[in-house]
Amino acid sequence: MNAHLQPSGSAYFLTKDTNAVERHTLSVLVDNEPGILARIAGLFSARGFNIDSLTVSETEHEQGLSRITVVTVASPKVLTQIKLQLERLVPVHKVHDLTAEGNPLERELALVKVAGKGENRVETLRLADAFRAQVVDASTESFVFEITGKASKIEQFIALMVPLGLVEVVRTGLAAISRGPDRM
Amino acid sequence: MAEKMTGAEMVIQALQDQGVEHMFGYPGGAVLPMYDAIFQQDKIEHILVRHEQGATHMAEGYARSTGKVGVVLVTSGPGATNAVTGLTDALLDSIPMVCITGQVPTSLIGSDAFQECDTVGITRNCTKHNYLVKRIEDLPRIMHEAFYIAGSGRPGPVVVDIPKDVQFAVGEYSKPANLTSHKSYHPQLEGDLASIEAAVDYMLRARRPIFYTGGGIINAGPEASENLRELAELTGFPVTSTLMGLGAFPASNKQWMGMLGMHGRYEANMAMHDCDLMINIGARFDDRITGRLDAFSPNSTKIHVDIDPSSINKTVMVDLPIIGDCNHVLEEMIRIWRTKTNESREAALAPWWEQIDKWRAVNSLQYKPSKDVIKPQFAIERLAAATKDRDVYITTEVGQHQMWAAQYFPFEKPNHWMTSGGLGTMGYGLPAAVGVQVAHRDALVIDIAGEASVQMTMQEFSTAIQYHLPIKVFILNNEYMGMVRQWQELLHGGRYSSSYSESLPDFVKLAEAFGGKGIRCEDPANLDAAIQEMLDYDGPVLFDCRVSKEENCLPMIPSGKAHNEMILPDTADIGNIIDEEGKMLV
Repeated sequence: MNAHLQPSGSAYFLTKDTNAVERHTLSVLVDNEPGILARIAGLFSARGFNIDSLTVSETEHEQGLSRITVVTVASPKVLTQIKLQLERLVPVHKVHDLTAEGNPLERELALVKVAGKGENRVETLRLADAFRAQVVDASTESFVFEITGKASKIEQFIALMVPLGLVEVVRTGLAAISRGPDRM
Repeated sequence: MAEKMTGAEMVIQALQDQGVEHMFGYPGGAVLPMYDAIFQQDKIEHILVRHEQGATHMAEGYARSTGKVGVVLVTSGPGATNAVTGLTDALLDSIPMVCITGQVPTSLIGSDAFQECDTVGITRNCTKHNYLVKRIEDLPRIMHEAFYIAGSGRPGPVVVDIPKDVQFAVGEYSKPANLTSHKSYHPQLEGDLASIEAAVDYMLRARRPIFYTGGGIINAGPEASENLRELAELTGFPVTSTLMGLGAFPASNKQWMGMLGMHGRYEANMAMHDCDLMINIGARFDDRITGRLDAFSPNSTKIHVDIDPSSINKTVMVDLPIIGDCNHVLEEMIRIWRTKTNESREAALAPWWEQIDKWRAVNSLQYKPSKDVIKPQFAIERLAAATKDRDVYITTEVGQHQMWAAQYFPFEKPNHWMTSGGLGTMGYGLPAAVGVQVAHRDALVIDIAGEASVQMTMQEFSTAIQYHLPIKVFILNNEYMGMVRQWQELLHGGRYSSSYSESLPDFVKLAEAFGGKGIRCEDPANLDAAIQEMLDYDGPVLFDCRVSKEENCLPMIPSGKAHNEMILPDTADIGNIIDEEGKMLV
C-alpha cells in the first residue's frame, strides 16, 4: 500500500484559478425567441461566469434577430469557454469578442435624477452642460438628465451629482459595436 | 397539398416519419390526446413504464445500443420533473433523446394550474435544446428539428413541451425537410485537413504514443470503431479508453491497455502519465480521468479530436485541437498515414512496449481469491466466461459493481456497454437494460447491479415482465452502498454513516412477486451453476449474488493525486498497512 498518499479529503481535485482576469465586451447575435434571455443568463449562472452588464434588443426585425451585448470579467481561458459555450446554444448565430477584436465603440445611456435648491441647481446645470447631459424633465426642485457615453464618463457624472442632491439613477447597460465598415 | 390533422396526430406522424419504432412513456391528463393517437396506429410500439425516470433511462439504453434517437413521452408537471434526472444523464453522456412532454393549455400557462410546471424553464440547463410549442403551425417543424438536433453533432436530449390545446388544434402537417441549412445550428463534422496532417506528423515522430479514446467514438457509429482498430494496428500504438468508450476497441486485442482513470488499470494510467504523444479521440478530459490536473501527463504533446468546440481546452490545454466527427477524422488519419509511410514503426516503439509490459506485469487487477465467499471480481469474471459466446449487452447501475464490470468484463464490440458515466445515476441500469432488450429482443441483456442502486428503479422489473423482456439483473449484493463505504473508509475514518443497506428485501421473493424468477447464490462453488440457471431461464431474472461485504474497488487514483500515484490492490485495508511491493512500484 502507498502510505505516502494522504487523501485530500475530497472526491475532487481542488484548485484555485489564479490567472489574472480581464474585462471583455461580447456581442451575441441570437434569434429573438421566448426564453432566449433566460438561456443566456442561465448559461452564465450555471457555469459560474460573471455578467457585469447585459443589454438586449431586437435589431433585425425582418429576420427576428436580437443583439445582446454582454460585459464579463474572466481569465483568458474562461473567456474562451464563455464564447464557445454561448456558440453551443442552438438559437445563437454568432459570438464576437469585441474587446479582443480591438477597441470597440461602447456607449451607455443613463437617466439621472437630482433634487436641490439655490446654488446647487446652478452647479448641477453647469456640470450637466460640461458632460453634455440633456435636461429631459425639470421641476422647481429637481432635474432628470439624460446622459450617454462611455461607462466611465457616466460613473464620473453620477459621482459629481452625489453631493449636489442625487436621488436615483437608471442605466441601460452597455451597447457596443466594432469600428470600421464590417458587420459582425 | 399538405395533410390536415390534429397536433396529437402530427406528433405521432412526425415520429413515424423520423423512423421511430419504439417509445417509452407514461400517460397523464396533459398527454391524453397523444395517447389516443398512439392507440389508433400500430407502427410505433409504446412501452408503458412505471416511473418517468425509468422511461428516460430506457430511451438512453435503446439509443446507446442502436445509435438511434431514444423517444420518451411524459405528461406535464410531475411527469416532466421525474424525467429531469434522465435528461441530465443523457446530456452529460451525449445520448440522443427526444422527450415529448405534455403541458397545460396555453391559456392556463403561468396560473399554477393542476399538474403545471415550467418545463422549459426547468429543463433549459439539462437539455441540448428545448421548445415550448405555442402554435400548431410550428409543431411539425419543431418535431423534425428536435430529432435533427438530438441526433447530430454532439448528441443530446431535446425536450418538446406541447400544451394540450395545441394537441387538439388542427393544422397542416409537413414532412421532414433537409435541416442541414438550419439558420444557426451547424455542427462541424469534417476535421480540418491541415490539422489532421499535422497530427499524423506528430504520430510518425512519437516514441511513447497512446490513443486515449472515449464515448465520442461510440457516438460516431460502428464504423468509427472499425477505423480506430485499423488506425491502431497501422500505427502500433497502445489504446486506452474512458468508461464511456469501452467496446470501441476490442479487449482481446494485444494493443488494448484497459480502461484508464480513477479505477483504471495501472499500465493505462502510467502510460498516460509518461507518454510523449497523447491522441485523445472523442473523450473530454473528465476529472475522473485526469486526476490531479497540474500533474496530468506533464511531458506529452496532446492532440484532441472532438465534435464539440467547447470541449477543447476546457480543463486540459492541448497542442493540436481537431474539431470534427471522430469517424471522419479517423478515416483521414488512416489515409494520410498511408500516404506518408508504409513502414512498420515496431522498432521505434519497442522500448515503449517493453516499458508497458513491465507495468502490465504489476497485474493491477489482481485480487485475493476466496473459497468461502464470492469475490465480486470473481463473479464478474465467471459471468463473462459464461456469456462469452453470446451476443451480450451489459448495463450497470453506479458504484463499485460498475467499476468492477468495467474492469473485469471484456468488451469486444461498440454499443454493447451502457452505463451512466458523467452524471453517475444510481438506478440507471435496470431500465437501461429494458430499453436495450426492446431494441434487441433476442439478445442477452444483463444489468450488473448493486443492491442499493437497483432499488432506485426496481419497479421497472414490472415493465420487463409486462413486455416479456427477459433481462437478467445480476446484483452484486454486499449490503453496502459499496463505493460510499469505500470513500468513508478512505476519507472519513471508517465511519460508515448511512451507507449500510438496512432492511433489504428478499430479492428472490421480490422477483417472484413481480412474476419473474429469483436466484440466490452465496457459495463460490455454486456460482457457475447458478449463472447458467439464470441464462437458461426464458424471462426476467433477479440474481442475488451475495459477495464479500467490505471489498474495495482497486486500483484507484485517490483524489488530488496524479496518474503515477495509484493505490494498487493488496491484501490490506486502504491507507493502513504498507505493502512493500506496492510501495516500490509507484
